[in-house]
This record gives sequence, C-alpha cells and structure tokens, in this order.
Amino acid sequence: MAGKTLFEKIWDNHVVVARDDGKTLLYVDRQLLPDWQHRAYDALVAQGRSVRKPEQNFAMPDHSVPTTVTKVEEITEDVMRIPVEELERHSKNFGVVHFDLTDDRHGIVHVVGPEQGITLPGLIVVCGDSHTSTNGALGCIAFGIGTSEVEHVLATQTIWQEKPKQMRINIEGELGYGVTAKDVILAVIGEIGTAGGTGYAIEYAGSAISTMSMEGRMTMSNMTIEAGARFGLMPIDEATIEYVKSRPYTPSGEKWDLALAAWRDMNSDADAHFDREVTLDAAEIAPMVSWGTSPQDVIQVTGNVPDPARESDSDRKADIESSLDYMDLTPGMPMTDIKVDKVFVGACTNARIEDLRAAAAIAKGRNAQVETLIVPGSGLVKKQAEEEGLDQVFINAGMQWRQPGCSMCCALNGDIVGSGERVAATNNRNFRGRQGPGSRTHLVSPAMAVAASVTGQITDVRKLMEGE
Amino acid sequence: MDAFTTFKGIGIPIDIINCDTDQIIPARFLRKDRKDPEMHTFLWHDLRKNPAFIFNKAPYNEGKVVVADVNWGCGSSREGAVYALNANGIRAVVAPSFGDIHYNNCLKWGVLPVRLSRDDCDTLRQQLHEKPGAEVAFDLEAQTVSGPDGTSYVFEIDPFDKYRMLNGLDDYGVTREYDDQFDAFEAKHKTEYDWLHGDAQTPR
Repeated sequence: MAGKTLFEKIWDNHVVVARDDGKTLLYVDRQLLPDWQHRAYDALVAQGRSVRKPEQNFAMPDHSVPTTVTKVEEITEDVMRIPVEELERHSKNFGVVHFDLTDDRHGIVHVVGPEQGITLPGLIVVCGDSHTSTNGALGCIAFGIGTSEVEHVLATQTIWQEKPKQMRINIEGELGYGVTAKDVILAVIGEIGTAGGTGYAIEYAGSAISTMSMEGRMTMSNMTIEAGARFGLMPIDEATIEYVKSRPYTPSGEKWDLALAAWRDMNSDADAHFDREVTLDAAEIAPMVSWGTSPQDVIQVTGNVPDPARESDSDRKADIESSLDYMDLTPGMPMTDIKVDKVFVGACTNARIEDLRAAAAIAKGRNAQVETLIVPGSGLVKKQAEEEGLDQVFINAGMQWRQPGCSMCCALNGDIVGSGERVAATNNRNFRGRQGPGSRTHLVSPAMAVAASVTGQITDVRKLMEGE
Repeated sequence: MDAFTTFKGIGIPIDIINCDTDQIIPARFLRKDRKDPEMHTFLWHDLRKNPAFIFNKAPYNEGKVVVADVNWGCGSSREGAVYALNANGIRAVVAPSFGDIHYNNCLKWGVLPVRLSRDDCDTLRQQLHEKPGAEVAFDLEAQTVSGPDGTSYVFEIDPFDKYRMLNGLDDYGVTREYDDQFDAFEAKHKTEYDWLHGDAQTPR
C-alpha cells in the first residue's frame, strides 16, 4: 500500500463523517474572518444560529480599510466603515477574537494568521477569501470558501468537502541572481496554466523550496489559487518550526514538545502517490512580468509581448488579441519598453517583512518616478519595518508609506488604479478591472515593482542590483 | 435554497476563456446586499459597458442559462457572482471547467454547474449564436442537458450535491444530523491534537 501525502494525513486527522457517496465532513481547527464576511454573520443571525466554537474563529478588518487611517472613526465613507464596524460588532457579540485597527496585531488575514501562530502545521484553516491558500506554506490544509460556507463553519465548526487529487510541483536547483519566490510561482502558473491545478491540492517540493524562506513560501502558496488549486502546501521542516516557534497562539512548554513530535510524522511519505507531478528547473527562471489579463499570461522580463499571429489555437489567439487590446500593448514590443503610471508593493502576496526589505534594497538612494504605494501587511510588519528604518528609505525615495490593509489589490478601500492607468504591482491578480474599472496590471515581485518605480517603466531589476 | 429538478431557458453563449469572478461581478458591488434590488444589473457589469456584449442584445438579454468556456468562475471566492446570476433568473451554467470555489458556491444557491467536454461546449455555444433565443434544458434527476438541436448530453455530479439540489436543502440541516459524530470526533481530536487544545488556545 502506498504511503500518504502531507495533505492526506492532515485530511484523515479531521474526518468527522465520511459518507459513502464521497463527501466528507471535516473539522475546522481555525477560521479567519476578513471584514467583508460580516455578511456571513448577518446570515447566521437571520437564521437564528450561533457560533459553535468562538475561540476558534479570528476576525480582523483588511479589505475595506483605507490605508490612511489608524482608527475606525476616521473612515469617512460608509461603504468602507460599515464592514469594519459590523465585523467588530458581530465578533464581540459572539465572543470571537477580534483585532481592531488600533491593535498592532491587525492586518491582512493571511499575513496575520501565520504571524500570530493562529495558522500552524497540521491544522485545517479556512477563510472566506480565495487567498487562504497562503496559509498552506506552514504545512497545513488551508483553503478559501464562499460566504455560505463561512456561515456554516461559524455555526458548526465543520465543512463538507470532496477530497481533491494530489499534485506535486518540484522546483529543483538554485534560483538565479535577482529571482524571487514571486517569479517562481509566476513561472509555475505560466507552465501549468490558470486551470492547471483545478481539482487538485498542490504540494511544493525540491531543493529550491528547502532553501526558500517562509515568506517566500507564503508568496508561492498564496498564488496557488491562480493556478486553479485551492490548496498550496509546503513541507514541514526546520524553517517552518523556526518560524512558528514562540508566536502568540503557538503552543508552548510541554504542548510545544508534543506539537513537534506530531509534526515530525506529518510530511509526505517517500512512497506517497501523486496524481500529477511537475518539475521546473530553478536555474531557468528569471524575473517575471505579466503582460495580459490572466496570471498565466507571464513572460521573463527580458522577453517581448507575445504575437497572437504566432498562436495556432484559435481560441487562445482571440484571447491574446483581446488581452493585448485591453492592456494597450503592441505584439513583439520588448517588455522593458512598457511605461507605468503607478507602482504598488503590498497585498497578501508580498507584504511581509522580507518583501519590504527587498523593495527597500532597490529603493535606497533612488527616486520614485511615478506614484508608489508601499503597504505593510500587518501592524507588526509595519512596526518591524520602521525599527529597521525601511519606512525612511521609502519616504526618502518619494514613496508613500501607508497603514496596513489590502489596499490597491482589491480596490475596495480608496486605493485604486484609474481607468487606462498601468500599474506594476506585487498583488496576485491582473484580471480586467481588478484594481479599479479599466485598470491595467503587471504582476511582479517587490524588487521588480520598485525597479519600475525608480525608472518609470518595466525594468530588469538585476541591472539595478549590479555593483551593489 | 430553491430546489432544482428540471429547468429550461434561453442560452447565453459566453466566449471568454478564464472568465473570472471579477468579470462576473466587479468587487465594488460586493458591498451590496444579496437582496439589493439592483443586483441583476451587477452581472457582467463592466463587460456590459460594451454595447456589443452579448447580454446587451435581445433575445440573449432574456437568457436564463449560461454556456461558457474553460475555467468559468476562476479567481475570487465571492459568492456575489452567484447572487448576480440568480438575480437574473439564471439557474444553470454549462462549461468545460469551473473555478473550484465558484463551483461550490453555485451549488449552495441552487445554480446548477454542469461540466461538459470542451467540444460539446463549443458546439452548444455555436448553436446558440446561430439560433438566437434557442433554449437549453436540464433534468437533474436524469443528469442530462438538451441542446438547441435536441442532442442530449449526460453530465456527472456528486450524488450528495445532487440530493441537496433536488431537495433544496442547505448544508446546516444535514450537518446537524451528525451531531453525535461531531462530539465523538472532538473528543478524539482533543487527544490526538492535545498540543492544540486546552490552554494552547489562549495567546501567550
């Protein structure tokens, strides 16, 4: 009998009911609640239901929070203030843990979950947001769900699921100079396509993953949903354990020793079966940029905008033509000829301390040529960055240092890209209108975003790193 | 949710690969309540700014069935995408593949998500373009779709999802039938995951 994958072991540990027809009722260890899921609470109240396990639910405002305010009273627009107020009101009524805007622990749910030790190896974590996959970097089953499912988890602390197929993506070898986790995941999506992971749980492996930081792993797990898979797991290793150690909600003392023992046996067995296996050579990955309106529309920064005339599949040809029309790009033009109007560093993809350090390293001693927003992922990331003086680097470069939140990624909080404007951004989606109606997005790493900021156009960051 | 047994309606061919949920409903409308009287206008809101977009044209604007291309509903988990379909009376979507989260959201709100092969979806969309106003019919019990030319296609659906849709059941009622198993599981979990429980739930 074949061994089990990390995913399968965690799954088996959480089966409340396994029906003969294939559906499984899973126990949810912890749920994260972003502000726009106040509607799940509304539905719960309307049905006269209650929260079954308040202490296993954690709420914090992120999507609707303007990155210029420090407390809820400062939010002038009702459409932004009401979700923040409602999340807090319901959470307090039900006894659910809530971090408000004055609490340094607040921020983007997927940054705060791991940072607080709410997300831990071996758990099942859910959240009404597709980028919950981020949390899988800690070696747990973490996935995005819809509002009805959020309400169901609040009411029952369980969720009905079908077991996904298993895929392993191996990144072998050493990443090149100036190449980051963001470039790796963009390359993966470019390779398997935006529906390549649909119906699968993905586990990452390989020597480039073993040596990758936890922040980098979270970036990769984050964008796993852009490859179609709701789950993006990383193996549990020394880096994982070092990361989770001593966090506020991480077990301590005797419980910590028990946790370590449990986690040691959780990794995928050597003979575990994966339904699909993909391997990428780390050395062949370069800094990546998206050119189209789907995260699979990516190319190395040294490349040219693709020419639809050279595409044989007629649907894909029409798709490329339509994307280039929306993006206002000419087939064959060098990517580095693309001028940008704005730059954004932030979002659950790239708003952790390592991301800000990478951004600051390029910003140092240079000047922003276009409006540039730097938005830390949590109050604690902001504090850490300020202790390291990163805020001053950005401010001296003419960039805007903001309060934590989702900012320009979801365009629900006042940070927006105007119609026809072009942004180099570290978020995860370049969909049409994602960052505001008519917005044009180029997905890049934090260092590449700042390279675009200080030159005013898409630039190979490696050229700015030379001589440093 | 409303039970789904059989359904028939004018088909709307949507020839967009990877039609993400931001296209189905832009994020700014997520601030609106599910029952907002304007909800029907949020469906494909920004795509509809183009007068040539198919849902702006009769008789497709009366359509109640979507026939889409690969990876329909990828992207954000927003349930608003289903509210906007429902607000237009759209009760079924046929596509070669769906975003996993959107597929589940459809099931929760009585919108039948049907996976057919890419070739079959191409054929259906072509027929709907050639015969504007042609209808597509569904029989959930039999797991069949009938196209405008009368061709019948069989589709797969999880038996539990089918049962819930046929009977209009929400998950909660079904889940609470398993309360005994829940209590037994929790007792076991507290032993197996002893490191997580008790004082480990309190922040240090």
